[in-house]
Amino acid sequence: MHRSFDEYNRLQSRRQFLKTSGVGLGATALASLLSRNDAPLHGTDHPPRAKRVIFLFMAGAPSQIDLFDYKPNLEKLFKKPLPKSISQGQRVTAMTNGKTQLVMPSMFKFHRQGQNGVHWSELLPHLSALADDVCVIKSLNINAINHDPAKTFFCTGAEIPGKASMGAWLSYGLGSMNRDLPDFVVLTSAYWTGGTRNVQGLYSRLWGSGFLPSRHQGAAFQAAGDPVLFLSNPKGVDADVRRRMLDTVRKVNRKHHAEIGDPEIETTISQQEMAFRMQSSVPELTDLSAEPKNIMAMYGPEVEKTGSFARNCLLARRMVERDVRFIQIFHRGWDHHSILPKQLRGQCFDVDQPAAALIMDLKQRGLLDDTLIVFAGEFGRTVYGQGKLKRDDYGRDHHPRCFAGWLAGGGIKGGISYGETDDFSYNIAKDPVHVRDLHATILHQLGIDHERLTFPFQGLDHRLTGVEPARVVRGILV
Amino acid sequence: MSSSSPLRTPLAAHLSILFSCAVLVAGLGTFSTSPGPEGAEQRVSFNRDVRPLLADRCFHCHGPDEHDRKGKLRLDRADGPEGAYRVRGGKPAIKPGSLEASAVWYRLTTDDEDDAMPPAGSHKESLTTEQRDIIRRWILQGAEYEDHWAFVAPARPADVKVANPRWSSQPIDRFVMWRLEASHLSPSARAGKRALIRRLSLDLTGLPPTLGEIRAFLASDNPADYERLVDRLLAKPQYGEHMAKYWLDLVRFADTNGIHHDHFRDMTPYRDWVTRSWNANLPYDQFVTDQLAGDLHPDPTEDQLTASGFNRLHMIIDRGTALPAESFARNVIDRVTAVGTAFMGLTVQCAVCHDHKHDPLKQADFYRLFAFFNNLDARPETGGRGGADFKRGLQPPYISFPTARQSTTLEELRAKVSARGSQVKRLKSGLGKAPDGEPKRELAKKLKEAQEDLKTLKRKQVEIQGSIRAAMVMKERAEVRPAYVLIRGDYQTPGERVERGTPSFLPPMKQKGDTKTRMGFAEWLVSREHPLTARVAVNRFWQQLFGVGLVKTAENFGAQGEWPTHPDLLDHLAVSFVESGWDVKALIKQIVMSATYQQSSAARPEIFEKDPENRLMARGSRFRMDSEMIRDQILATSGLLNSTMYGKSVKPPQPPGIWKAVTLPSSYPRTYSPDHGDKIYRRSVYTFWKRGMPPPQMSILNAPTRESCIARRERTNTPLQALLLMNETEYLKAARHLAASTLVDARSEKDRLNLIYETITSRVPDPVESKALLELVREMEAMYGRNPALAEQLCEGIKLRDGQSGSELAAWTMLVSTVYNLDITKTRE
Repeated sequence: MHRSFDEYNRLQSRRQFLKTSGVGLGATALASLLSRNDAPLHGTDHPPRAKRVIFLFMAGAPSQIDLFDYKPNLEKLFKKPLPKSISQGQRVTAMTNGKTQLVMPSMFKFHRQGQNGVHWSELLPHLSALADDVCVIKSLNINAINHDPAKTFFCTGAEIPGKASMGAWLSYGLGSMNRDLPDFVVLTSAYWTGGTRNVQGLYSRLWGSGFLPSRHQGAAFQAAGDPVLFLSNPKGVDADVRRRMLDTVRKVNRKHHAEIGDPEIETTISQQEMAFRMQSSVPELTDLSAEPKNIMAMYGPEVEKTGSFARNCLLARRMVERDVRFIQIFHRGWDHHSILPKQLRGQCFDVDQPAAALIMDLKQRGLLDDTLIVFAGEFGRTVYGQGKLKRDDYGRDHHPRCFAGWLAGGGIKGGISYGETDDFSYNIAKDPVHVRDLHATILHQLGIDHERLTFPFQGLDHRLTGVEPARVVRGILV
Repeated sequence: MSSSSPLRTPLAAHLSILFSCAVLVAGLGTFSTSPGPEGAEQRVSFNRDVRPLLADRCFHCHGPDEHDRKGKLRLDRADGPEGAYRVRGGKPAIKPGSLEASAVWYRLTTDDEDDAMPPAGSHKESLTTEQRDIIRRWILQGAEYEDHWAFVAPARPADVKVANPRWSSQPIDRFVMWRLEASHLSPSARAGKRALIRRLSLDLTGLPPTLGEIRAFLASDNPADYERLVDRLLAKPQYGEHMAKYWLDLVRFADTNGIHHDHFRDMTPYRDWVTRSWNANLPYDQFVTDQLAGDLHPDPTEDQLTASGFNRLHMIIDRGTALPAESFARNVIDRVTAVGTAFMGLTVQCAVCHDHKHDPLKQADFYRLFAFFNNLDARPETGGRGGADFKRGLQPPYISFPTARQSTTLEELRAKVSARGSQVKRLKSGLGKAPDGEPKRELAKKLKEAQEDLKTLKRKQVEIQGSIRAAMVMKERAEVRPAYVLIRGDYQTPGERVERGTPSFLPPMKQKGDTKTRMGFAEWLVSREHPLTARVAVNRFWQQLFGVGLVKTAENFGAQGEWPTHPDLLDHLAVSFVESGWDVKALIKQIVMSATYQQSSAARPEIFEKDPENRLMARGSRFRMDSEMIRDQILATSGLLNSTMYGKSVKPPQPPGIWKAVTLPSSYPRTYSPDHGDKIYRRSVYTFWKRGMPPPQMSILNAPTRESCIARRERTNTPLQALLLMNETEYLKAARHLAASTLVDARSEKDRLNLIYETITSRVPDPVESKALLELVREMEAMYGRNPALAEQLCEGIKLRDGQSGSELAAWTMLVSTVYNLDITKTRE
């Protein structure tokens, strides 16, 4: 049918949605629903296994060879050229282009963990201890070889900016579960134990709504100052003044609504009331004073620092308790082209204990079952070295052909490792998982068929998984 | 649309079809439709009624894209070996006049799952009963195909007959009335004078009228006043700034590169050129030509070169990250995409990897366009960090504009450097020869002084050179760079070589010399025969003045775009625009002089329910203003606005630390350092725009990131917007500024309130509003009286006059802030 009206029907206003779906509501109930913006525009296609997602995005690309993908045979190939049969003349970055590719084994020890003896690096002791709750995927892959397009693809399903991000899709498709908080919150670490040497930029498009209505975009909480921009009353205005002022605003707006007739004025009124409620719900969310000491301790010493990954993990748990749909934590600083061993140690110190604590904390509250945790960077790193090429001092270049990440909770099988790579962690040997497959799987766990969650824009029915085929990774599901 | 278009025949019938579809989909069930002749089947239009259905359900596999075509059938055209009339297995896909003989009809209606279309696995919904009925009637009526309306050059439409000709004799109004009558609607009364001057001022200059302007407009009852007001507003320099704001979204103008480090870059001379051009009413065809190919004029002026910077507005990566070949392809694709969106309303980028799914644009067509824009004489990535260019945000090629003073100073400095240089040389040699002792020490001292002075002079030289404004421009390489189809859009797999050229479904491009040039392309775009350029432009101007275009999908006039609500009106505007010599001010004047534009925007709630976006224009439009207008209004009405025009971008205060998450340690600049003084009160069009993190005062209110071309902004209403307007400290300071200025003399409470209310909303408060607001002031004064510390915080940095209490200023500040937070204040009515 005519695109405009179709689109209009889906986007413009809750009013029409309610009418077409045959929900008969009185004006008052309607007005309150209008302000809620919570009716799903898609809904679930099948029973969901998870209600919420916490995405721990390791921006910069951690080395799978040093953390997850154990390759003991590389030891004897130290500084030997990478066989051409393996590299197959594949595309490399501008940094490696035209240089010899010398094999660099990991200097870190690996141990078998959990019932199935999955290999974990010594750099992740806390997570290793939870091996039976976690599913490691070793065969992730992506097309982009540079950070910006790869991050953009990972977060929005396309390298070119302008598409909707994962959290925006979920907010759009499933609607919100809570009254006072955004559906999609983004937390970015602002503190690194090992310094900021490899910390790269992010872009608001990574949590943007793209072509979806902008209310679905991620609310990026600030590490310092107001967690939500402009949340606090300015100096000289307290809650009583604000309440009294909003009462008058509402009264005059109501009068204008009666005269002008535009229902948009009602929406303004309810959004102002929601804003007022957020002024207390968000500080309540970020106030950790009631957290018991033993819980704080689980997340490690850094939890005391505002903006630390540990603090953000604890905040994520509190958001899960308050039914925020999608929480994305960015921890940057994994781009280890040189001095990898030292830098990687610092990064792992930042994330290992807090991420493990998050799993345990959710589990002990019964929230892990319906909360999916995903941990990954935008790509992996090369088996060939960069920088000093010493046993204990080396770096690695970008490697999109295979990399590793892990999932936990939300209907994912724990204690397993999925997918295999060749002896050089260069090519995938078995069960590849493209990032778009991971997207399809995340949507699947939330009850959504990735081919059905679509949005018409510029003449195409867009979806998170794009136009290339994507599949749900059934092998990792409970 | 040609005047022979079937659209012209019983229009009521068309409308009823259009709206019966709309009603079914949107669940509106409201537009009354005018009955066709009793019992007669209403005539279906392929373009309006059928094409959108086929495009949505069928074209993916049976459309223009050869690669994905199934069953050797395309339904986007009638003829040809794979066209809809083709016969296969003895049966045509579509047989005009016969449902039984049409395989398509069987496929669309059968219950047999194996045969049904669209197939089950496609996730495309089956046609509804009403949609099937459209296809049924279309086939029975002869299954006539039409060229897509937007690809046929507009012709001046015939006048329409309206039942009530008294409303207005202007063409715009007659087309609108014609449509209203068909829907049994009537136009609204003319808006009041206050509403009109506010609407006009906001629409034409982006700023509300001043009290003086309102009073002058109210004082006279001369019918010519409205037109005089229009002329006066169009002549204001603020008009150009306001028009520039829309244009900058369209061409993705920003102050950073947008990728990786997202470093600073300076394209502001281009912004200034855009503003000046709107103000000078540069004909739109020249405006377009200069941007696409200003550098290719025989002897280009500085303005024309600056305009060609349009081709440099794309995002660009910094050196040493991606492979240059990849960046090169991306840049050119971005450039071509911009041309498609901004000038043609086409989604050409859909053909980067494959033939377009809905429009007759081949993948090779995209790369023929690519060939016009792949010849920039520059590297495909930004320069290194060294040198003066980096800090100036420049990447060659660029042209510099030293001021007379800068030139003189540089000249003087050059002379001084040269003199000091020789002196240093002389002293050095003298020092070598001089015997030890007092004279030698004296010489050494002199040399040191001269050397230091030389250093200072050279530093100054660099400083001045760095402060010279420069515009990045387009420059063609001497040789034409060959272009290839990139297979699946991959820069690493070039396919067949293609020559510069335009898509075959559009009028042919004339070739002057040996090769087709960008200039030739620009001339083709603004030629009379081009069906898109004028339509796309007038539609955007309409959108600017009514909140939504006649074609709602302002960025897409292709098959998947929206059918215009008033096709004849669109063509009338397009044709008269071209005939006027592409006179933008005349076009805008024509629109705002219409009775349609001047209607009151107040209506009964059910009218809003029936036509929420006011597509039929039975009332004046009412929509939330863009972020820039909201901020500028606060600055203007509070008295803080600094109306300095042009120049580099400025940095008004932002919440601290918000760049932290998006910059690299080596990004330039890394942190946001706000400006000071009255620079921070410049109009928002001058605000520094970082693509990785646009100013939140703008983005929270739906301003785009400027990473890609945006032809229309979204308009949402969110709690974050409410928080911004309530709590932004600069906005509150502005409120305090206005409050303080009304407290200077012994005005009555009532007068103060009136002054504030009228300044901000252009209205005078009625008794109910006055009562509510004065009650608020009194209560606020009491609250602040009880809590003087709070009042003191609010008044921080303000010197209170003798006898003035902090609680009074605080209370009135909150009153002003209350008015700033009203829905009518942020809304253009």
